[in-house]
Amino acid sequence: MRSKWIGLSLCLLMFLFFGNAACQRPSGDAGQKTLHYFTWSDYVGPELLAEFERRHGVRVVVDTFSSNEELLAKLQGGATGYDVTVPSDFMAAIMIQQGLIAELDLTALPNTATLEDHLQHLPFDPTHRYAIPYLWGTVGIGYDSAVVSPPPDSWAVLWDPRYTGKISMLNDQREVFGAVLRSMGASMNTKDPVLIEAAKARLLVQKPLVKAYASEHYDQLLASGDVVLAHGWGGPVARAMRDRPSIRYVVPKEGGTLWADCLVVLKSSPRKELATQFINYLLDPHVAARTAERLLFASANKAARPFVPSRILDNPAIYPPIDLLPRLEWMTDVGEALRMYDRAWTELKMH
Amino acid sequence: MKISSHARWALFSGRAMSWWLLGPGLLWMGLLCFVPLCLIVVISFAGRGTYGGIVWSFSLTNYLDLLHPLYARILGQSILLAAGTTLLCLIMGFPLAYYIARAAPRRQGIWLLLVMIPFWTNFLVRTYAWMFILRTEGLLNTLLLKLGLIATPIELLYSNTAVVIGLIYGYLPFMVLPLYVALERVDRTLVEAAWDLYATRWAVLFRIILPLARPGILAGCLLVFIPSLGAFLTPDLLGGARSMMIGNLIQHEFLVARDWPLGAAISCVLMLFVVGMMGWSLRVAKLLSQQEHEL
Amino acid sequence: MKQADGWLWRLSLANLLFLYGPIAVLILFSFNASRLSATWQGWSLQWYRALWANQALLAATANSLLVATVSTLLALLLGVGLAVGLEGLPGRRQHQIEQAMLLPLVIPEVMMGVSLLLFFVLLHIPLSLTTVIVGHTLFNVPVVMIIVRARLRKLDPRLLEVAADLGASYWDALRYVTIPLLRPAIVGAALMAFTISLDDFIVTFFTAGPGATTLPLKVYSMIKSGMSPEINALSALFVVLSMGLIGLSLLLQRR
Repeated sequence: MRSKWIGLSLCLLMFLFFGNAACQRPSGDAGQKTLHYFTWSDYVGPELLAEFERRHGVRVVVDTFSSNEELLAKLQGGATGYDVTVPSDFMAAIMIQQGLIAELDLTALPNTATLEDHLQHLPFDPTHRYAIPYLWGTVGIGYDSAVVSPPPDSWAVLWDPRYTGKISMLNDQREVFGAVLRSMGASMNTKDPVLIEAAKARLLVQKPLVKAYASEHYDQLLASGDVVLAHGWGGPVARAMRDRPSIRYVVPKEGGTLWADCLVVLKSSPRKELATQFINYLLDPHVAARTAERLLFASANKAARPFVPSRILDNPAIYPPIDLLPRLEWMTDVGEALRMYDRAWTELKMH
Repeated sequence: MKISSHARWALFSGRAMSWWLLGPGLLWMGLLCFVPLCLIVVISFAGRGTYGGIVWSFSLTNYLDLLHPLYARILGQSILLAAGTTLLCLIMGFPLAYYIARAAPRRQGIWLLLVMIPFWTNFLVRTYAWMFILRTEGLLNTLLLKLGLIATPIELLYSNTAVVIGLIYGYLPFMVLPLYVALERVDRTLVEAAWDLYATRWAVLFRIILPLARPGILAGCLLVFIPSLGAFLTPDLLGGARSMMIGNLIQHEFLVARDWPLGAAISCVLMLFVVGMMGWSLRVAKLLSQQEHEL
Repeated sequence: MKQADGWLWRLSLANLLFLYGPIAVLILFSFNASRLSATWQGWSLQWYRALWANQALLAATANSLLVATVSTLLALLLGVGLAVGLEGLPGRRQHQIEQAMLLPLVIPEVMMGVSLLLFFVLLHIPLSLTTVIVGHTLFNVPVVMIIVRARLRKLDPRLLEVAADLGASYWDALRYVTIPLLRPAIVGAALMAFTISLDDFIVTFFTAGPGATTLPLKVYSMIKSGMSPEINALSALFVVLSMGLIGLSLLLQRR
């Protein structure tokens, strides 16, 4: 039947078309050194990569993931071949504990001398033996100032019945429970079963008001007006601001998450020296400034600030004001208590 | 004159030859599918390390944990959704498959390709397109409002309805294709004879066409029901992650809770359920076709 | 009879509308000047230009097509062999093997992905595009087998008798009688397997190694930084290309 040939020639045509375009960047070695960078999507712009490749005469191959847990699952499963990756802070802690990360040679990383003050000593790695902060920020509430008034300053606004059906929460059990726990005045890393149960009760009360639990497209929900209150990271809210200028971002007075994504070299990497040079390159003030501008996340390098445009620097969704820091909390792994959070989250979803 | 399938091929003393054909397939699947699965079954009895690794201490803890009524509810709701999806897919896909099967042979290939092409675009992007259509200010509501069919927008997105729509959309070709393959062989003279005998439309459908298409229906239903049962991206996006289906639960255990042994246990339970259901349905199908033969 | 035909045609059309509605939306928004798919802000070709420059996306597409093609071909070989070979076995054995072969379709994909990952790790097989292809065949082979066998059961055994009477050997009968009769099923199965493979996410995720990112993986990880309409542009191109080829084949058939 002719449709067989149609199908085959279709495949061939498309393959040739795309393969040709992609051939300018084939994956795998061709006598030239290759660096494998495993990162969040679009965490490095291709034009920034090109510069590193030119300077060092190597090729950088980028593979991506979209959550910390996926990264860990891959690495725990034994995937090798990656050189540099970018776990979030608590995941970096777990990876260090699991022996997945190589020690760093700080003499090869001069750009780490000018890291932001609050990032100089990460709780899980005070001397930067393993992890270097790359981008950092907060988790708060994005809201439409044209609809939500007065301007919210507390997590409690997410329970306000005036906005029923116009609220979105992150689809992330630690972040959601973290927000409730902070609103109750407790630590987001608590292992107390009583507190976790109380938090779950509050979330069950909230559920009828919540339109969706979304970790990815809440910026679109905000921009389109589907929700007027969105629990989320600053960067995507900043994106939504571009499309709907009435959107603002706030970290509630009870406090919230302080996060930092860190660059690490994997123990299984066969190119640790090159990987370290790559990390240093990413932290270079000019590269870091361009990164902040492109990705809408704050760079961990203080020395980048003079080169960051003021509309990025002054946007609290991207560069959190320093006076916020005392009320922010690092998220840490809760060990065995995670099971309690799991069960509570499942019950919340099944309600 | 009906020869049993075994006798058919025995005409060529086919048994030895058959193994040449079977061999590669069996070897491949055996080594690459069954061996890894046994691994998983073994893990379902293991324990969870504090940071998500596997502790090789064996017990029934995971399975006992699953006796909590919460998990039964999750399974129940997932089965309902999957069953609904399958039924609707069958109802929708049958006319299309029948139409293609009756079309001119040259055209059939084109029609099949037309059915397939939407699925060569990326699944996520299609799901986002559905979100745009079903949103409160989305395409559907705007159209219905303009046509004056409704007064206020229907909240379709972020509900079980939206999930079912998304699942049907995702698995329709899995229903249409097996149906088409089976229907294409339906002897048209039988149908015409029924018409000549003044049978009603429905009689023709239920008494003649459906029974003849039975293997295709069974194949199609299985190919839709099972993936629908384990779906997790669709409930997450179109359902607003407001409820947890069993697919979400498994993904949650493996990727978020990092409790691989529990995830393995849930998967084994799901697998047992589906295998049991399949076995039962195949037995029913065999009984029905035996009855037919006796008639 | 004519009335039934009219209904059939209308229902089929409705089905097609259902199938292509979201596609039309997709294509429309590939021309959207705004980055967000939620608001329409005028016509623009920028996403097509951006697509051409997006090496990573194009490389991922090439990977996807390669994996789909190879795994489909492999699955056809193995699956048709299984489907036809099973006929030579006694009925009970047939059923047993059939049901066993359905297992990969029955288990949750996450389970299959994880089991494969563990398997490769234990055997120290590095993850790559090859491991992805292997993973894809595991669900493609059963699909091929089911579809081909559904058709096989309907075959008229008299044709094979005739072949035997004419002195055909087992392999000749296979080549000149069985396979040609099975062709619609084989084509259908190939289409199905190709489609499933193109869109697969979970198994691919667990078995992909460095440099083995396929399109679904790439898209899934892109949504974190905002769905870019470049993907819409890519989808639109897929659709237009496929339609174009169909149109071409229609033209050729007219001659």
